[in-house]
Amino acid sequence: MKQKVRIAAGQGFWGDLLDAPVRQVEGGPIDYLMLDYLAEVTMSIMQKQKARDPNAGYAKDFVPLMRRILPTCVERDIKVTANAGGVNVRGCANAVIEVARELGLGGNKLRIGMVTGDDIMSRLDELLSRGIELRNMDTGEPLSTVRDKIQSANAYLGAWPMVEALNRGAQIVITGRATDTGLTLAPLIHEFGWANNDWNRLSAGTIAGHIIECGAQASGGNCQYEWRSIPNLGDVGFPIVEASPDGTFVITKHERTGGWIIIPGIKEQLVYEMGDPHEYITPDCVADFTTIHLEYEGRDRVRVFGIEGRPATEFLKVSISYSAGFKAVGTLVYAWPDAYEKAQAADRILRRRLDRLGLQFDHVLTEFVGVNATHGRLAGPPDADIPEVQLRVGVRGQDRSAVERFTKEIAPLILTGPPAVTGFAGGRPKVEEIVAYWPALIPKEEITPAVEVLEA
Amino acid sequence: MRVRLTELAHARSGDKGDTANVGLIALQDEFYPILVREVTAERVKQHFTGIVHGEVERFELPNLGALNFLLHESLGGGGTLSLMTDAQGKTFSTALLRMEIDVTDQEAADLHG
Repeated sequence: MKQKVRIAAGQGFWGDLLDAPVRQVEGGPIDYLMLDYLAEVTMSIMQKQKARDPNAGYAKDFVPLMRRILPTCVERDIKVTANAGGVNVRGCANAVIEVARELGLGGNKLRIGMVTGDDIMSRLDELLSRGIELRNMDTGEPLSTVRDKIQSANAYLGAWPMVEALNRGAQIVITGRATDTGLTLAPLIHEFGWANNDWNRLSAGTIAGHIIECGAQASGGNCQYEWRSIPNLGDVGFPIVEASPDGTFVITKHERTGGWIIIPGIKEQLVYEMGDPHEYITPDCVADFTTIHLEYEGRDRVRVFGIEGRPATEFLKVSISYSAGFKAVGTLVYAWPDAYEKAQAADRILRRRLDRLGLQFDHVLTEFVGVNATHGRLAGPPDADIPEVQLRVGVRGQDRSAVERFTKEIAPLILTGPPAVTGFAGGRPKVEEIVAYWPALIPKEEITPAVEVLEA
Repeated sequence: MRVRLTELAHARSGDKGDTANVGLIALQDEFYPILVREVTAERVKQHFTGIVHGEVERFELPNLGALNFLLHESLGGGGTLSLMTDAQGKTFSTALLRMEIDVTDQEAADLHG
């Protein structure tokens, strides 16, 4: 058994620095690269792509990335865990196999693991008919209230199906909707042979995953603590977990990279998107964040230890996306003098016109960027001499045509409203379809993950 | 004496649906008891009047010298439904750091010494 396993984070979200995973693979020793591609509503975008093209529906960026790093990964025996499969894990795996063959890595030189079974879209009516209500965890509403608007429905799978793929020799493990933390935990279970009721170690691996799943947010990015002193963010190194069989681990990054690994920075990432710290619930365990201890183990090395956890719950979280109407946001910029007063006047004029047109919206929001868009009234009144203010008005509603009509009322304010106004180079605001997120729970026994391992 | 939280703490915030979370972290271990004493859920709710429309929950993490706050009904519906510039609640962290709290003369001396 290895005594140290290094897992490197390559993506904090789909859209993160494209070169980060390449630098993780090439910049120093690692054993695993983990890549998180799925935000809450990503699945619905992929579902739409797949409806148009049966070969689509996964994270497209993953395939050219594999082309760049596969030869090095095979040469150095670096394995990859990625939830890049979206709603078409097989399509993603096939595209990677094609790339592998082009690189001369076909046949038994490369094994690709596929984890499926998360997609419950086609089973929804059957589940509802059996009384599995999939109520919204936040609002308590039953799913039937949005049944005809649903665009995707996936259970979050945990680490164990990925562990099975690794145990069966997979070097690249591609999943659909799997938890971000499972992408890190699975390699640790595979390498160290942790038991499925070893709750403390499973929790440690889960927390390791939580720390690195947002990429550079653990290594100096978005770090408030002494932010001016953070070295060379232009060349920021993404975080790496260096784990031991006993469940302790060190957070570090490659040498000669920018950013930093410091205790206050790790603390900031630990509390990010935290709920009740006593119970961080995943499919694999319930981790207790009040047991985490941190200490320095050298420059850019923070040791994490003492983690305890409890048995996993009997449920999996389900991520359902549904169509929830339309929205648009328009902006204009008003200049000194009286910039804020002018922007407020423009807002009143715009609202009067919307009223006269009889447009109905579920919500209209006005913000004044430069005055109150982030901290609201806490920011206090602006300087009377403020150089400019951006008026930002958003509307949301069920009627697309009303939202469309709103987008045509912004530009006319330039010639028919207060003076010293500019900032309309982008044209009319775009109407966006809102795809909203519906979190729910499903009994674990309803979900059967499937694992396949293919030779390239 | 009154001091701003920026002098005692740093923070990071994020979202879960229409709920924002703010993790408030003591800059030094000895500031943590001051945060526990002064930055109550009630005070935070009051601080965010007109911004946070639901309840405020507080959790303690003495091991990290941190408090975690859940600010319910604060993101204009949350996620893709929200029309807010900060639909993900990323700047609630520094909004909380604007809060002023009371410290004793001794604590103030430690803070500025």
